[in-house]
Amino acid sequence: MALRQISVFLENKTGRLADVSGIVGDGGINLRAISIADTADFGILRMIVDKPDETLMLLEKNGFTARENKVLGVEVDDSPGGLAKVMKTFDENGVNIEYLYSSLEHGQGKAVVIFKVEDVDHGIKILEKYKMNRVSGF
Amino acid sequence: MIWNEKIETMPEAEMKKTQLESLVKLTETLYERVPFYRRKFDELGIKPADIQDICDIEKLPFTTKDELREIYPYGLLAVDESEIVEVHQSSGTTGTPVVDAYTRKDIDIWSECMARCLVMAGAGSGDVIQNAYGYGLFTGGIGVHYGARAIGANIIPISGGNTARQLKVMHDFGATFLTCTPSYSLYIAEYAHENGISMKDMKVRAGCFGAEPWTEEMRKEMELQLHLDAFDIYGLTEIIGPGVANECECKDGLHVNEDLFYPEIIDSETGKPLPDGEKGELVFTTLTKEGTPILRYRTRDITYLSRGKCSCGRTSVKMHRLMGRTDDMLIIRGVNVFPTQIEEILVQMEETQPHYQIIVDRGKKHLDEVEVWVEVKDQFFSDETRQMESLRARIRGEMKSRLGINAVIKLVEPKSIERSTGKAKRVIDKRNL
Repeated sequence: MALRQISVFLENKTGRLADVSGIVGDGGINLRAISIADTADFGILRMIVDKPDETLMLLEKNGFTARENKVLGVEVDDSPGGLAKVMKTFDENGVNIEYLYSSLEHGQGKAVVIFKVEDVDHGIKILEKYKMNRVSGF
Repeated sequence: MIWNEKIETMPEAEMKKTQLESLVKLTETLYERVPFYRRKFDELGIKPADIQDICDIEKLPFTTKDELREIYPYGLLAVDESEIVEVHQSSGTTGTPVVDAYTRKDIDIWSECMARCLVMAGAGSGDVIQNAYGYGLFTGGIGVHYGARAIGANIIPISGGNTARQLKVMHDFGATFLTCTPSYSLYIAEYAHENGISMKDMKVRAGCFGAEPWTEEMRKEMELQLHLDAFDIYGLTEIIGPGVANECECKDGLHVNEDLFYPEIIDSETGKPLPDGEKGELVFTTLTKEGTPILRYRTRDITYLSRGKCSCGRTSVKMHRLMGRTDDMLIIRGVNVFPTQIEEILVQMEETQPHYQIIVDRGKKHLDEVEVWVEVKDQFFSDETRQMESLRARIRGEMKSRLGINAVIKLVEPKSIERSTGKAKRVIDKRNL
C-alpha cells in the first residue's frame, strides 16, 4: 500500500500557511510529514496526515485547492549512508523520483522518508523485492 | 509652420461648404457602387439627394467594425479592383482583419494629411525623421513614410524594434525627429540610460507619437527623458491610418483634417449626435477617399470636439486626446486585444471555464504590462511544481503566439478573484488613460 499525501495550492501571501495549519489543527488532525515547494509566486504544500479524508474535506470546505496523491513512505536507517542505500536501490531498478522529504516519524534508529516516484506500483514492487520496510499509514 | 494654409486656416463656413460638396459626391458614389451601403440607404429610406446640408450627415447610416468583418475583404470597395495600388490591414491579431485599400489618389490624400501632421509637430524639409513605426501591413510605418516624403524630409525607414540599432542610427545619422509608439519611445530612453548613452547627445528635438492612448504624465516623462517635444497623433486603419489628427504646438487637443475626415461625437447608447464639448463616441466619415470610403464609422474611442481659432493659427476642429473606449478593447503596446480573446485561450486550455482577471499597468519602464490571474482549479492542480510551471508557460506561449502579447501569468487560489453578481469585472486597467 502506498501512503496518501495531501497537497495544497498556496499563493505566496502572508498568513496562508498559518491558515492551513490552523484549519488542520482545529480539526484535530495530526501532521506526520510536511514539506513545501515554492516558486516566485506560489507554493505547493505537501503533507501526510493521520486522517486524510477529513483533511481533504476541511480544506475544500475552506476554499483551498487540494488533491490527493500516492507516495511511498520508506524506513531508512538513521545512520550515515542510510538514505544512500535506498537511493542506490531505486536508481539501479529504474525508480524515478520526483521529489522527497522526511517525515516527523522517528522510530528506533529509523527515519521515515517520503518519496514521490513516477510509478508508484513499480516502486512498491522494488521495495518488496529488496525487503525494504514501507510505512503504509500513521 | 502650416503645411496647407488654405485648408487648415479656412473659415468654418467655407469648410462646411467644402465638406458638404464632398459628402454629396460620397453618398452618390456609395449608393451607386457599394451594395453594402445601397442596402443600408434603402433600409433607412434615404437617397443621396436628401443631403442638402452638412448636418444631414446625421440621417446617414453608421458603419461598425463587425460589419466590416462581415464584408471582408473587399465589401467596401467603391472602385474597380484594378485601380487599387496598395492594401493595408488593421493590427488586430485574431478574427477577421479590417482592410484599407488605396487608389493612387488615396495615397496622395494620405501623404497630404500625414504631411500636415508632421508639420504641425514642427517637422520640415530640413529634418531627419527616424520612423520607428512598423513597416508592413500595419499602416503606421508606411503612413508616416508618405508624409515625410511629401514634406521633403530625410526619412530613416528603420521600422520598430532593435533598440541598440535605433540609438546608433539616431546618433550616426543625426536624426532630429522621431516617430513611434509613446511606450516604445520610453523604452528607447530606458535602454539608452542602461547602456550609458546620453539622450542629450542626440539631435532629436520632437516627435509624433501614437497608435496607442497615452497620458499627460507620459508626455512629461517622454519630454524629460528624451529631450524632445512630444506630440500626439491619431489615426486608424479603417479611416486611412495615421494622419487623421495631430497636436499643434499648443498641445491641447488634436487638429482633425476635417476636409478629409469628418468627425462627429455621438451618444454611444442612442446614436444621437452630441454638441461640441460633450464627451461621447468619435465617429468618422472619409469625405474624399476613393478605394474603401467609409460612412460614419464608429471608432469606439471616447473624446469631445472643440471649435474656434487656435493660437497656432489653425481653424480646424480639435478633438481632445482619447479619454477611453466604449468597448472593453485593450491596446497593449499598440496591439488590440479584447478580454474575450484571452478568455477563449483559457477556456480552450481546460475543460471548464476558469475564473480569471486581467491587470494592465504601465511598469517602471512605462511600457504596458499585462498580468493574467488564473484561478487554480482542482483539475489542473498538481503536487509537482514543474507541472504547474509548464502550465503557466503554455498559457503564456498561447497568449504570445495567438494575441501577440507578452503576459505574466499568475496562478492564484480559488476565490481570490472578486466575484460579482452582475457583469464580471475582467479587466483592471491601472494605466489611467
